[in-house]
Amino acid sequence: MKSAVIVFPGSNREGDMLRALKQAGSRVEKVWHADTELPPGTDLVVLPGGFSYGDYLRCGAIAGRAHIMDAVRAHAARGGLVLGVCNGFQILCESGLLPGILMRNANLKFICHRQFLRVERNDTAFTKAYAKGQAIDVCVAHGEGNYTADAETLKRLEGEGLVAFRYCDADGQVTPDANRNGSMNSIAGIYSEKLNVMGMMPHPENLIEDMMGGTDGRGLFQSLVSSLAKAA
Amino acid sequence: MKARVTVTLKNGVLDPQGKAIEGALKSLGVEGIDGVRQGKVFDIELGTTDKAKAEAALKAACEKLLANTVIENYNVAIESGH
Repeated sequence: MKSAVIVFPGSNREGDMLRALKQAGSRVEKVWHADTELPPGTDLVVLPGGFSYGDYLRCGAIAGRAHIMDAVRAHAARGGLVLGVCNGFQILCESGLLPGILMRNANLKFICHRQFLRVERNDTAFTKAYAKGQAIDVCVAHGEGNYTADAETLKRLEGEGLVAFRYCDADGQVTPDANRNGSMNSIAGIYSEKLNVMGMMPHPENLIEDMMGGTDGRGLFQSLVSSLAKAA
Repeated sequence: MKARVTVTLKNGVLDPQGKAIEGALKSLGVEGIDGVRQGKVFDIELGTTDKAKAEAALKAACEKLLANTVIENYNVAIESGH
């Protein structure tokens, strides 16, 4: 199983992402944004967090149109798996691979704290190591994580079960207090129509070692590796 | 040829930055302001003198990058030479 982690100018979470993928048993290669092709045999493409292009124009706007994104779109169109975390989620929205957009946090503050997420479904390649409805303990660090979409898109996401994670409290309750960035319907992550592309604002790669204070993030990477190992 | 592209948030899209600016103006004692919406302005130099070509290039620029049409509208104004 092989992952390609795309690095843009201003990405800064690729190191943690590499570590999390390797820990789960994936081979990993870094790919520079100006490349036009993914490494042969890439099973999973990962867009890590950071501040690509300094968040100029809109977060993820310039990276979303980088050359390598044509290859990522083609990979997704073939049914290949794509994961975007934080800035990676913003890039997926700007590239058209996921609907909606991440707006400035409703309270205008950069938020950085531990955060529980409710796993909305566990029958996808990203979440099968979790239980449905499980509250996982990860963390968030972003200024623009306020998920926004038009009413029709939101209805479609909800109706087709495309919400991946919602902000919740430790008991798995989706409360207004747990939704610190003001996201519509407390959405923390979403899937594409075919469930092969997933973007999320929180960082599962931050919580993969006891020494980091928790290991709830591991499940996501284990899910991906086991899904792809079976497919191969 | 020069052009000015203005990108604004669509009606109904929440604008926390505009709200914060509105609040700041109130706290500065600036009266008579009912609302603020923040947008972006791009001043663009064009290499062509053909207005139709310029319009096509600017539309492509807006659609492909300058505006995210999920939440934003754009307006293109080509400056008449003087």
